[in-house]
Amino acid sequence: MSPTMSPKRPWYQRAYDWLERRIQIEGPIKDAALHPVPRSTASWWYVFGSASLTLLILQVVTGVLLGLVYQPTAAHAWESLQMLNHELPLGWFLRAMHGWGSNFMVAVVLIHMAQVFLFGAYKFPRELTWIVGVFMLLMTLGMAFTGQVLRWDQDSYWGLGIGASIMGRVPWIGGELVHLLLGGPIINGATLTRFFALHVFIIPGTLLAFTALHVWMVLKLGVNEWPMPGRIVRRETYIAEYNELTHKDGIPFVPGAVWKDLFFSAAILFAVAVCAAMFGPFGPKGVPDPTIINTVPKPDFFFLWIYTVLSYLPPEMETPFILIVPVVAVVVLVALPLVAGIGEKSLWRRPVAVVSVMFLAVCFGVWTHLGTYTPWSPEMSAWSGQSVPVNLLRNRTPLERQGANVFQGKQCRNCHAVGGRGGQRGPALDEVATRLTEDQLYRQVLLGGGNMPAYGSALSPAETTALVQFLKTLHPPHLTPSADASRRVVEQVGVPPNSTVERGGEQSPAR
Amino acid sequence: MDEKLPPPSKEEHEQRLEMDRVSRRTFLMNVGIALNALAALAIATPVVAYLLGPLLRRKEYRQWIEIGSVDDFPPGETKLITFTNPFSDPWDGESAKVPAYVRSTSLGEFKVFAINCAHLGCPVRWFAESQLFMCPCHGGVYYADGSRASGPPERGLFTYESKVEGGKLLIKAGQLPTLRNRAGAGPCPSLTAPPNEPKLVARIEQCRPPCRPSDRGTSAPTIG
Repeated sequence: MSPTMSPKRPWYQRAYDWLERRIQIEGPIKDAALHPVPRSTASWWYVFGSASLTLLILQVVTGVLLGLVYQPTAAHAWESLQMLNHELPLGWFLRAMHGWGSNFMVAVVLIHMAQVFLFGAYKFPRELTWIVGVFMLLMTLGMAFTGQVLRWDQDSYWGLGIGASIMGRVPWIGGELVHLLLGGPIINGATLTRFFALHVFIIPGTLLAFTALHVWMVLKLGVNEWPMPGRIVRRETYIAEYNELTHKDGIPFVPGAVWKDLFFSAAILFAVAVCAAMFGPFGPKGVPDPTIINTVPKPDFFFLWIYTVLSYLPPEMETPFILIVPVVAVVVLVALPLVAGIGEKSLWRRPVAVVSVMFLAVCFGVWTHLGTYTPWSPEMSAWSGQSVPVNLLRNRTPLERQGANVFQGKQCRNCHAVGGRGGQRGPALDEVATRLTEDQLYRQVLLGGGNMPAYGSALSPAETTALVQFLKTLHPPHLTPSADASRRVVEQVGVPPNSTVERGGEQSPAR
Repeated sequence: MDEKLPPPSKEEHEQRLEMDRVSRRTFLMNVGIALNALAALAIATPVVAYLLGPLLRRKEYRQWIEIGSVDDFPPGETKLITFTNPFSDPWDGESAKVPAYVRSTSLGEFKVFAINCAHLGCPVRWFAESQLFMCPCHGGVYYADGSRASGPPERGLFTYESKVEGGKLLIKAGQLPTLRNRAGAGPCPSLTAPPNEPKLVARIEQCRPPCRPSDRGTSAPTIG
């Protein structure tokens, strides 16, 4: 630009010129802002990347502000968060913005990734942009996990225990890895400072550097054009085709496309603020005192699905699954653009891609939903907190009622629901008498099996009898309880009801 | 001004550039790069040692810890106890405390279970009525003797090595039990470690002299 230093120009323009002569950054910024993009990409589908960046900036700003107060020591972290929540003006709001910002960021990053995948934007020449993005996703998840640790409440403490237990499954070096992860042999202050450094310096520093590289490549390679069925990506011709497209039917990025990005980013920021104001900050929950064992640790929302998967894996499959599947997943994501870097971009011609995304989305949804109510966990207070429904006790013999006492007192209810309440680990027992005969009930109670512990050593014979008598009454009125046919024979003195054989009758002589 | 040398021809220019490439300056630049690489290596080596610190120092976390008098644990009962981890710093706060279950099978026989579920380390709860340990996370259940009853764990509860000495119950503890780091794994370090321990270690109380599990009142090895 030509600096006109005439005194007639207003002072701020002169100040701007003075700075620009020295920094000389106007050119590159103008180039970046005005570079042409295909007209079709000025779409609401293309706003998730910029929204992720906006959320990242929000996280940095709120994180720095929280860092002014937060105490990264095991003895005081929890209290400093309480102080932020309750004593510092608007400290709760900053914590809530950071927490909700984190959830939104993971969500928007995942949506961005799905969109990029479905629009074929990872194909030539944008393979590296995708690969860098995969690592940015991993870092975002790493930020979410380490952030949960910094909350330093019971969930955080036992979440670390879960992380350590997973590490401990690595063959040969698992033990050493656990010590490295925890900064020592056990979860304590050294663990917290370690995760503080990860959350505040190491991961965000790397993430910002990767973000710069990611955005740089987006600017250099251009925004992915709107995929059209039949428009095939070929390495030889793609660049020329893209350039022709942007020059024939292109608009400058600013303001042609950027206004939608700005609108969406603002909407996301408002959404974060509204959630923060309405729902408040996340925790901290109970004091991180390991001796308080009456706790039900649960991971944050975006890790609930892992929690579910870990509870449904059969024991013998667990270690291989935990150690192999994440590696395979990352390798698949990284290799994707290298293997499928050319060809169709349109999702109308890529049914496998569409089905994959739908499958993963359904899995994520179902597993997360299951993780919210954990049907695989015993309900620890069901035995003492939920009474036996009255209708199950009406017109019952004293022995059967005593059985109901045993049923509650021996914590059966923690795993077995009755009347719709109780644990869901085992089957509900409202109709158990229609499924199991008396003998089968005794066997199941005493010996267990099918994922039920054996109660033989915890029940006296009298208790067992009472319990089974109670269980025998659990059937709907219109259904008869199941019974062993041979028992009926025994009761009728050895003659089945429809038998044609008469007792004491003559038998045909043997030939 | 006529004496001025003519500008170098294109070939001459190339030649000079070529000479520059192998000139003293290029050589010095390469030496400079090598010096920096050397410095980086010299700095990085101690940094790696620093990062591996948790592995290299303070092996004394496996030591005997007194958790109470023998009389505190009547036979047939399972009690929740708390002890302070010997491996702790002033800033550890509550996290220096560790819970465990002590089960007395018969007079003088003890089994000390880690609180951590063998599945993924969540705190298991003891239900005396049904004589079961239940885990709130993924539903692992154990019998009173610590063996696996049901759910995702692939083994029973972790046990700490224990012994009775002078009427006191001692356990060997200090590390988070996981499938690789069993609760009380390994012999007492003072028996195996070289006599001159680094200063860093000295601030932690060493194993008491009679470190071998005593013959009297020690339950059989329960690791594994």
